[in-house]
Amino acid sequence: MEPNRIFQIHNMAYLSELLFGLTTAIALYLFSKKLLAIKRNISIGKDIDLTDQPIRRWKNVFLLALGQKKMFRNPLVAFLHIIVYVGFIIINIELLEIIADGTTGHHRLFSNFLGIFYNFLINSFEILAALVLIACIVFFSRRNIIQLKRFISKDLNGWPRSDANAILITEIVLMSLFLLMNSADTKTNFIISSHIQPLLKGFTESQLSTIEHITWWLHILGIYAFMNYLPYSKHLHIILAFPNAYYASLLPKGEMHNMKSIQNEVLYAMQPELAPTNAPNSDKFGAKDVMDLSWKNLMDAYSCTECGRCSSACPANSTGKLLSPRKIMMSTRDRLEEVGKNMDTNKQFIDDGKSLLHDYISVEELRACTTCNACVEECPVSISPLDIIMELRRSLIMEESNAPSEWNGMFSNIENNFAPWKFSPDERDAWTAQS
Amino acid sequence: MKVSTMAEFMAKGEQPEILFWVGCAGSYDQRAQKITKAFATILDKAGVQYAILGKEEACTGDPARRAGNEFMFQMMAYQNIQILNGYGIKKIVTTCPHCFNTLKNEYPVLGGEYDVIHHTTFLQELIESGKIKFTDSNEWKGKSITYHDSCYLGRANEIYEAPRKVLESLDMELREMKRCKSKGLCCGAGGAQMFKEEEKGEKRINTERADEAIETKADFVASACPFCNTMMNDGIKNRDEEVKTEVLDIAEIIAKAIQ
Repeated sequence: MEPNRIFQIHNMAYLSELLFGLTTAIALYLFSKKLLAIKRNISIGKDIDLTDQPIRRWKNVFLLALGQKKMFRNPLVAFLHIIVYVGFIIINIELLEIIADGTTGHHRLFSNFLGIFYNFLINSFEILAALVLIACIVFFSRRNIIQLKRFISKDLNGWPRSDANAILITEIVLMSLFLLMNSADTKTNFIISSHIQPLLKGFTESQLSTIEHITWWLHILGIYAFMNYLPYSKHLHIILAFPNAYYASLLPKGEMHNMKSIQNEVLYAMQPELAPTNAPNSDKFGAKDVMDLSWKNLMDAYSCTECGRCSSACPANSTGKLLSPRKIMMSTRDRLEEVGKNMDTNKQFIDDGKSLLHDYISVEELRACTTCNACVEECPVSISPLDIIMELRRSLIMEESNAPSEWNGMFSNIENNFAPWKFSPDERDAWTAQS
Repeated sequence: MKVSTMAEFMAKGEQPEILFWVGCAGSYDQRAQKITKAFATILDKAGVQYAILGKEEACTGDPARRAGNEFMFQMMAYQNIQILNGYGIKKIVTTCPHCFNTLKNEYPVLGGEYDVIHHTTFLQELIESGKIKFTDSNEWKGKSITYHDSCYLGRANEIYEAPRKVLESLDMELREMKRCKSKGLCCGAGGAQMFKEEEKGEKRINTERADEAIETKADFVASACPFCNTMMNDGIKNRDEEVKTEVLDIAEIIAKAIQ
């Protein structure tokens, strides 16, 4: 070969490696930039301390996030989901080789020193890839052909439904590319891709090599695109499910968190001698907007994968009321994204005349909640929609005095008669006199 | 019936074994009063020394807090804790899961720490320790029953087994509804819904739940909460013209079988 030609090939190879390095750097840069923006958004929430009892918290990470305990409330779906999840993680080990090949210009770099074990690895990856492919097709048909109630709900109209389908289609395409890439590599004989090889019989050796290269590039570009799509998507749960499980409330589900400021106000009214002379300004009561919620509430919003298990278990939603716990989470995330953009544009948050309460979540939705905790119980990623609902309710009552007339009656009965009904406190023990 | 108050015990310089927290529904609601009396009868027959607060008892503040009125909750909590601590109360048994949840989970941080027990758990203990004995010909034997989980007992505090164990101890055939235990469907009363009209929708929540109960074709529906009891009763009345399935509290069932 002429020296010139050799130079050219080398040049080409370097170009490809350079291009790969550049793509990787850009992908990682954009991804981390968006993640930091999300971290900033979550941190505009009120501070709460959720670091007690680390052992119980780690246990939750293992059981709820890693072990996907809640998913097993429906074993078949749990099985399919775990395939996609395990497949996703393990096949991404192959990504290490892809990246190593890409940066060094080698081909199947790891096969050199892994020997037979390499074949075992790739075979397992291929089996998983095929299983993931099947699971994603099942999931896609549950959403679009079988049309499960929680998937055809109006909560998902528009972008959220496309989002869910886009993720499934991407997974299907990525897995197909991975298998196609291996089958175009005729020197190999892996468990699944070897069965695809006959389909590629008509191609010459160099055409096959091109196919392998193209699928290699599409696969890695697809992964980078997927990675950067994550933070904009409901699919962010694959990352946030873990911290969200760690920081999940360890209180009994029935316990509402105490409002220390109001506890003190009542205490000082009853025992004025305890009141400090320079009383600090009291906070807003409850939450009107996202910055009045806790950072955990906001992390919940980003962790939500919009599966709708909460809403199908919700007594209000399943009897046709407007309330949908899933929609509460989606509205919180939408409002938080809006507030985040506002902060990016104006350097700080400038009042835009809107709030989570009223503009995103209506009074009618909040009023329908029975606080039954079914939504909290169902959530596979440790979200509490109830916590947000209660904070908004507190704001409605204590900041706006916005209550249905029956509730106002109930409040005044409790205040005057010490019972929610209009009975005399003197008759509280009247039942003892009955036969 | 003769029920002593804490004030009476104190006057004698004595402390009862337990305080029976009756709750507002148990005190005033005609249907729930029957549950209260049934439980008091059981306590008497089992030889448990107990007292009530009587006129000194007040709403725990649960419906106010869940409606969003934290001020009113804190007022009621302050008042109740003053009285409970004043009497040096250690152990409380209540027939209302809402009172149970508030007293057990929400009062400690406000300075009210007691051993709080729901009556279904207490009944299970009495049965297991042999303090409650059933008549040989207990009328429930062989009858079928479905138990409706109260949210504030079940999901809120993870008490699923005690009420079921109590029913099984009567040799009743327990039939589970489609949604039960941690998946149990709410009766529609929680979160202060009891005190207002439902929002508009396709169906009332208690009708939905009553349908599930009727589907089991059980002879009786068991409840462990005065609010669930009302909701289930109304739901079944509205739905079931022919079969009038009775909704009974666990305490009422035991009271009828006790020796």
